Amino acid sequence: MYRLEPRKEISYLLLYLTPVFAIVLTILAGLVLFTLIGKPPLQAISIIFFEPLGDLYAVSEMLVKATPLILIAIGLSFGFRAGVWNIGAEGQFVAGAIAGGSVALGLYEVEGFWVLPLMCLAGILGGMAWAAIPAFLRTRFNANEILVSLMLTYVAILILSLLVHGPLMDPDGMNFPESRIFHDAAVVPILIEGTRAHVGFLAALVAVAAAWFVLSRHIFGFQTKVMGSSPRAARFGGFIENKIIWKCLMLSGGLAGLAGLIETAGPVGQLVPSLPVGYGFTAIIVVFLGRLNPVGILLAGFVMALTYIGGETAQIELNLPKAVTGVFQGMFLFFLLGIDVFTKYRLRHIKPSKTVAGE
Amino acid sequence: MIEHTLLHISGITKRFPGVLANDRVGFSIAPGEIHALVGENGAGKSTLVKIIYGVMHPDAGEMHFGGAPYAPARPSEARAHGVGMVFQHFSLFESLSVAENVALGMNKEAVGENLDQQIIEVSESYGLPLDPTRLIGSLSVGERQRVEIVRCLLQNPRLLIMDEPTSVLTPQEVEILFKTLRQLSSEGCSILYISHKLDEIRVLCDRATVLRGGKVVGECDPTRETARSIAEMMIGGALELPEPQKPDLGEERLTVTGLSKESDDPFGVNLDKISFAVRAGEILGVAGVAGNGQVELMEVLIGEVLSDNDTIKIDGMAVGHTNPTQRRERGMCSVPEERLGHGAVPDMSLWENTILSARSHKGMENNGILDLGVAQGFGREIVDEFDVKAAGIASVASSLSGGNLQKFIVGREILQTPTILIILQPTWGVDAAAAADIHRSLQDLAKGGAAILVISQDLDELMLISTNFAVISEGKLSDPLPTGSISIEEIGLLMGGVHSSAGKEVA
Repeated sequence: MYRLEPRKEISYLLLYLTPVFAIVLTILAGLVLFTLIGKPPLQAISIIFFEPLGDLYAVSEMLVKATPLILIAIGLSFGFRAGVWNIGAEGQFVAGAIAGGSVALGLYEVEGFWVLPLMCLAGILGGMAWAAIPAFLRTRFNANEILVSLMLTYVAILILSLLVHGPLMDPDGMNFPESRIFHDAAVVPILIEGTRAHVGFLAALVAVAAAWFVLSRHIFGFQTKVMGSSPRAARFGGFIENKIIWKCLMLSGGLAGLAGLIETAGPVGQLVPSLPVGYGFTAIIVVFLGRLNPVGILLAGFVMALTYIGGETAQIELNLPKAVTGVFQGMFLFFLLGIDVFTKYRLRHIKPSKTVAGE
Repeated sequence: MIEHTLLHISGITKRFPGVLANDRVGFSIAPGEIHALVGENGAGKSTLVKIIYGVMHPDAGEMHFGGAPYAPARPSEARAHGVGMVFQHFSLFESLSVAENVALGMNKEAVGENLDQQIIEVSESYGLPLDPTRLIGSLSVGERQRVEIVRCLLQNPRLLIMDEPTSVLTPQEVEILFKTLRQLSSEGCSILYISHKLDEIRVLCDRATVLRGGKVVGECDPTRETARSIAEMMIGGALELPEPQKPDLGEERLTVTGLSKESDDPFGVNLDKISFAVRAGEILGVAGVAGNGQVELMEVLIGEVLSDNDTIKIDGMAVGHTNPTQRRERGMCSVPEERLGHGAVPDMSLWENTILSARSHKGMENNGILDLGVAQGFGREIVDEFDVKAAGIASVASSLSGGNLQKFIVGREILQTPTILIILQPTWGVDAAAAADIHRSLQDLAKGGAAILVISQDLDELMLISTNFAVISEGKLSDPLPTGSISIEEIGLLMGGVHSSAGKEVA
C-alpha cells in the first residue's frame, strides 16, 4: 500500500525540476495522443516543440508571443504570492488596448515621439481601471476577486466589439468591424529587421528585472510573501491587507493593460475584435510554470510561446485543429500541478503491520 | 518480557536532517505508574511520544507493549492497543458537539451504541462532568481538555500520554485533573506525563526519565528531588533563577482607559471596559484561563485591531487609531501567543523573519528598499544572544522546535529595546533554563525603564516576575494589585470568574 506523507521540508530540487518533468510528461502524453488520433507521433511532437527553434522567423515569432505572456505573468505573480487571485488579466489586457488604442486613434496622423509613451500610459491606466473594479469590490464588500475579475473579462471583450463596430470603426474600412490602422508614430518599433519582433520585448525584460528586485529587496515583495503565507503574521508585521490587495491588482492590471496596448500597437497595428487570443489566461500557466519566480517566468513565457507557434505549424502541416495549442497548454498545467504535490509530500510504501496480527 | 512492565522501549533512534532527535532511548513504564518525561526544548520528548503513539516511526529500536512487540504504523493502531494521547493543542471542531467530536477521534469499532450515555457515565465517574450535546465553541479551555481526556478514557486505555496538560488550566482545575489521573493510576492505567512544571511532576509522578540532547541522561524518583535538582539534571549544569525585583516605578508609559471591543469572531471574547496603566520599570502580570480575552486584548493593544483613539495611550499620546508599525515607532514591541503563523512566518528563514517586526527599529528599510545585510546581522545577534538552537539563520522558522522559535521571537522583540513590551505566554513550551533567561531579560528590560505587560497562564511565572498583578476573565480585567498581596487560591477564584466580589475583598 502506498500513501502520501508530508515532507518535513519542501524539496527545493524537485521544486525547480517540476517544470522540466511537466514538459517531459506533456511530450509523452502528446505522443500517446497523436498515436490515438492516427497522426505520426514523433513528427507531430517535433513540429510543435523542436522545429520552431531552428529558424529565425519562428524564433522572432516566439518573442512576439512571449512578450505579452511575460508582461502579464510578472504582474500576476505578485498577487498569486499574496493570495490575490486575479484571473481576469485577459479583460485588463483588452481594457488597456482600448484605452491606449483610443489615444492612438484620437491623435491620428499626429507626429511626435511622445505619442507612443502616451499610449502606453493610457494602456496601463486602462488595465488598472479594469482591475480596480475587483479590487474595490473585494476590499469594500469582500467579494471574491476570482469571479469578479473573470466575469469582467467578457464585459471588456464585448465593449471592444461594440467600439469597433461603432465609434472607433475605420471610416474608410468598408464597414469591416476594425479601427483605422495606427499611423507610424503610434506603432511599436521593430526590434529585428524583417520580422515582427518588436521593442515591447525589451519592456518585458525590464519588467522581469524590476520584479526580481522588488521580490528580493523591496518591502512590497516581502509583504506579498508574508501575506500569502500567513495573513495573521502580515497583520502582526503591520501590513494592511487591503492596501496589499489594491497594490497587487493595480500592478497586475497595469502590466496586463500595457501588454494589451503593446499587442495592439505592435503586431496587430489596429483595434480588432479578435485581439484577445487568450494571453491573459495562458499567462496564469506561465506564472506557475515559472514557479512565481521572475526568471522562471521569463523561461516559461518562451515555452508557452513555443506551443503557440508549434500549434500553428501543426495546423498547417498536419491538418490538426486549432485546439491542439490549448490541449498542450492544458496538459502542461495539469502535469505541473500534479507533480507539484511531490514537492511537499512524498510517496511512501507502507508495509502491512505485523504487530496487529501478533497480538 | 517481565510481567510488571506495560511499555518497554529500548534503543529508539530517530534522525531528522541535521539532528538526532532520539539517540538509543530506552525506559519502561509499569502498569499503573505515572511516569514523567522531562527535558529541555529539543531534547526529543515530543518525537519520542509521537513514536509511541504511532505518528512517527523510529529509524531503529524496539518497543514492547504488554509483553508483545509493538510498532504502531499509525495512531489508530496505537489506540487499538490501548494507548491514548491528549495533545497540547487540541484537535476539536468548534462548531460540532462534544459527542460528535468524541466520535470523530475514536476508532470506528470503539464507538458504541449509546455514546451520549457513555460520555456522561465516564466523565462523571472520573470527576470531569461533560454535557455531550454542547458545542465545543461554547466550552472553556479546561472543558475542552476534558473532551480530549474523556475521548481517550472511553477506549479503556492502558497507557495515557499527556503533553503539557496543565498549561491551560486554573489551579483548581489542575487539582481536579490530578485527582482523575491518580484515580486512573489506581485502576491500573499507566500515564506518561510530559511537563515543564517540575513542581507538578514532584507531587504527581512516581518516576521520571530525563532526556537531554535526544539521550536518556538519568532516571529519578521525583518525590525525592527538588525542582531545582531535576532542572539541573535536564540542563546538565547549574541553574540560575531570576530574583524577585522591587523596582522604583516611573511615569505611566502605557495607559488604557475604558477599552471595550466586540470581537469579529463568533467564538471570540468581547473586551469589556478594560482600564489599567503600566509604568516605566513595572512588569504587570495578567493571569487568566485561555480564551478569556487575552488574545483579543493583545490584538487591540498592538494595533492589529483598532479601537477608539483615546482608549490607548503610549507616553500620553492617543494611539487607538494607529497601526502596528506606527505603534512600534513609538517604542511598543510585542510577542503574540501563536509562534507559527503569527509571531513568525513558518516558511521564511529566521533572518527574513526579523524584517517582520524589527525593520524600522533596526533600520532595515529605507524608502521601501530592504537592507538584507542588516536583517541577517540582527538574525545572527538574536541566535547568539538567546542561544537559539538552529542550523543557521537561513533555517526556516517551522524547522525549529517550539521552544527555540519562542526564544527567537522573544529575542527579536527584546533586542529592539522597546519602551513598552506586550508579551503573551513568554515561556510556553520553553525549558527551565531558557525560561529563566527570558525572565531575567524581561526584568533587565524593566530595570532599564520599559513598561512590560505579561499575559500568561503560568501563575508561578507571573508570581515570580511581575510587580503588579491582575486577572482577566470573560473580557473583564480585575484591578491590578501588588504581587504578593494576593494568594494563589484567590487568584484561582478570580480566574474562574468570581469577579468583583473576590476582587474587592482582596482590595
